[in-house]
Amino acid sequence: MARPDENEPPVIEPGHGDASVTDAIGSIPLSKAPKSWLIGFAIGFALLMLLIVSVIYLFSVGVGIWGIQVPVAWGFAIIAFVFWIGIGHAGTLISAILLLMYQPWRTSISRFTEAMTLFAIAAASLFPVLHLGRPWLFYWLIPYPSAIGAWPQFRSPLVWDVFAITTYATLSLVFWYIGLVPDLASMRDRAKRPLAKIAYGVMALGWRGSARHWHRYQVAYVILAALAAPLVVSVHSVVSFDFAVAIVPGWHSTIFPPYFVAGAIFSGFAMVLILVIPIRRIYKLKAFITDHHLDNSAKILLVTGLIVSYGYFSEAFYAWYSADEYHRYMMYNRAFGDYAPYFWALIAFNFLAPQVFWFRRYRRHVPTLFAVSLLVLLGMWYERFVIVVQSLHRDYMPSAWRFYDATFWDWTTLLGSFGLFFTLLFVFVRLLPMVSIAEMRELAHHEREGGHS
Amino acid sequence: MADERQHRQVFHPSMNAISRFSIALAVMVVAALLAGLYFYVRSPYATGQNIVVDQPVAFSHRHHVSQLGIDCRYCHTSVEESAFAGIPATEVCMGCHSHVWTDAEELEPVRESYRTGEPITWRRVHNLAGFAYFDHSVHVNKGVACTECHGEIHRMPLVWQAESLLMPWCLDCHREPEGRLRPREDVFETEWTPDEDPRELGRRLVDEYDIEARTDCSTCHR
Repeated sequence: MARPDENEPPVIEPGHGDASVTDAIGSIPLSKAPKSWLIGFAIGFALLMLLIVSVIYLFSVGVGIWGIQVPVAWGFAIIAFVFWIGIGHAGTLISAILLLMYQPWRTSISRFTEAMTLFAIAAASLFPVLHLGRPWLFYWLIPYPSAIGAWPQFRSPLVWDVFAITTYATLSLVFWYIGLVPDLASMRDRAKRPLAKIAYGVMALGWRGSARHWHRYQVAYVILAALAAPLVVSVHSVVSFDFAVAIVPGWHSTIFPPYFVAGAIFSGFAMVLILVIPIRRIYKLKAFITDHHLDNSAKILLVTGLIVSYGYFSEAFYAWYSADEYHRYMMYNRAFGDYAPYFWALIAFNFLAPQVFWFRRYRRHVPTLFAVSLLVLLGMWYERFVIVVQSLHRDYMPSAWRFYDATFWDWTTLLGSFGLFFTLLFVFVRLLPMVSIAEMRELAHHEREGGHS
Repeated sequence: MADERQHRQVFHPSMNAISRFSIALAVMVVAALLAGLYFYVRSPYATGQNIVVDQPVAFSHRHHVSQLGIDCRYCHTSVEESAFAGIPATEVCMGCHSHVWTDAEELEPVRESYRTGEPITWRRVHNLAGFAYFDHSVHVNKGVACTECHGEIHRMPLVWQAESLLMPWCLDCHREPEGRLRPREDVFETEWTPDEDPRELGRRLVDEYDIEARTDCSTCHR
C-alpha cells in the first residue's frame, strides 16, 4: 500500500527488518507496564470515576445541576460534544484520506489515531444523551417502528446528528478492527500465557496470513477507507448544522460547515501531537514515529489553522456586510463584550500560535510542538464556548439577555470526559499493538528493497 | 519439546464451525430480542386490551343496557358536557336498587356505600396516560359513538378495554374521521347501522359538524 518516493525523507529509521519491527511494537503489550503508564492510567481512571459520580448526580437530580438557563440553554455539554467529535476527525483523515493518497508517513500513527477517534466519539456521544434531560428516552431519537406510531422529527439537525455520529462510530470501529486483525494474529503467536493466546486468538478471527487472507484484507481495507473518506467532511458539517440551521446571530451562517470541518482536523491534530510526543518517548518508538511525522502534523496544523482563521475573518466581515443590526451587535459584543477575553484568547491560540510552524526549525522542535498543540486544543475549546454561549446570551430581545455561569458539575463532567478518553486510551496502549505491525513490516521491506510494489 | 508446545494450535479445528455458529446465533438473538420487544409493547399484556377488570361490584353492562334498555347517559351523566363521562354516584344505583334486588348478596357493597357515604372504588378500565388530553364531550357532540372506542360494551358482562388505546389507534380516526361518524342523535344507540354508505354519510357529517382532521401534537398533548 505504501509507495515511498525516492526523494521523500524516511518515515522509518533504516535498519529495521520484519522481526525487529514485530519485536519493538508487539512486545509492548506483552511485557510489564512502565511506571509512567501506571501513573497516567491512575489519573485517567480517577477522572473517569469523577465522570461517573457527576452522571449519577445528574441522573438523580436533572440538568438543573448545570449552569444552563434560558437563553443559554446549551452549555458545557454541547461545547464538549462538538469538541470531542472534532478531535476524532484527525484519526479519520489520517487513516482514510491519507491512505487513499498513498502517504506512507500515515502508517505508523494511523492505528493510534484511529483508536483516538473511537475514544473521542465515545466521549462525545455521551454529551447529547446527558443533555437530553430525560436520557433514558434517548432511543426516541432513533427511527424505529414505535407503538406510538410517530417518527423522530426528520427536519431537525439533532436527528441528523444521530445518523452522522452512529455512522461515524460504526465505520471507525470496523475500520480500526479490520486493520487490527493481522496484528492480533501476530500477538496470538507471540503471547506466552494461555489466556492471552486465547483472547488474541479469538479476536484474530482465525487469521493465518495466507495470500488469500491478505488479498481480501487489502480489498476490504481500501473499500472501508473510501467509505470513511467522506465522513471526514460530512460528520462535522452535520454537527455545524445544529447551529447553522437556527436563526440565532452568530450561528446562522453558511461558512459553518467548512469552518467546523477545518476546526475539527485542527484540534484533532493538536490532540495527536499531544498524545504521540510522550508516547514515542516512553515506548521508544522514535524509529517509527520520526521527526518527519511531527513536521507533517505541524504543517496540517498550520493549514487548518489558517482555514479556521479565515472562518473568523469571514464571520466578522459578513456581520458588517450584512448590515443587519443584530448580526453586527453580535460581532461587536463578541470582540468587546463580556466574553471578549475568550474571543481574543481563541484568536491568539488558533490564529497566532500556529504561525511559528512556517519555520521548519519549530516544526521539529518538540517542546514548541507540544506547547502550541496545547494552546490550539484550548483555543478550539474557547472557540466552541464563544459560539455556543456568547451567541446565545444576547440575542434579539434584551429582556431575555442573561449571563452564563458554569457550575461545579459542569466542570466535573468536562474533566470526567477526559477521564473516559484517557482511560480507554491507556487500556488500548496496554493491550493492543499501538502501531500497525503488518504495515510497518511492509514499510521496512520497501525501505530495504527500494520502491517496488 | 517446549518448542513444540509453543507452536501448537491455540484452537481445535472445530472452532471454525463453533465461531460461525455463535456469530449467526448472536445476530439471531439480537433480532429475536428486538422482535420480542416489538410484539410485547403491542400485546394485551402491555396495553390491557381484552383483559376483564374485576370490580368491587359485578356490574353487568349487558344486563343493564341490552336487557333493560337503560341509556348510557342515565349513569354517565356528564358525557355530553365535560371531558369526563362521569361515574354514577351510589345514589344513582340506589334509585332503582332500593326497590329491586334489595336483599341481593352482590349488591351489599352498594348498600354499604350508601349507608356509610364512602363511594365505591370502581377500578378504571380505560386508563389514558396523563400526558394525553381527552375530552368525551367533543367526540360525542361531533358524532363519534360510544361503541366506536368502547366496543360492544352493551354485550359485556364485566367491562374490558376493547381497543389498544395506543397512539396509532387514536391517529387512525383523527387522520380520517369519515366512515366512523354518525348523526349526533344516534351516538348512544347500541345497535345502529347506517342507511347509506358510511363514507358518504361521514363526508356529509364532516361538513355539517365542521370536523377537522386534527393531528397536531398539541391537539392531545397540551
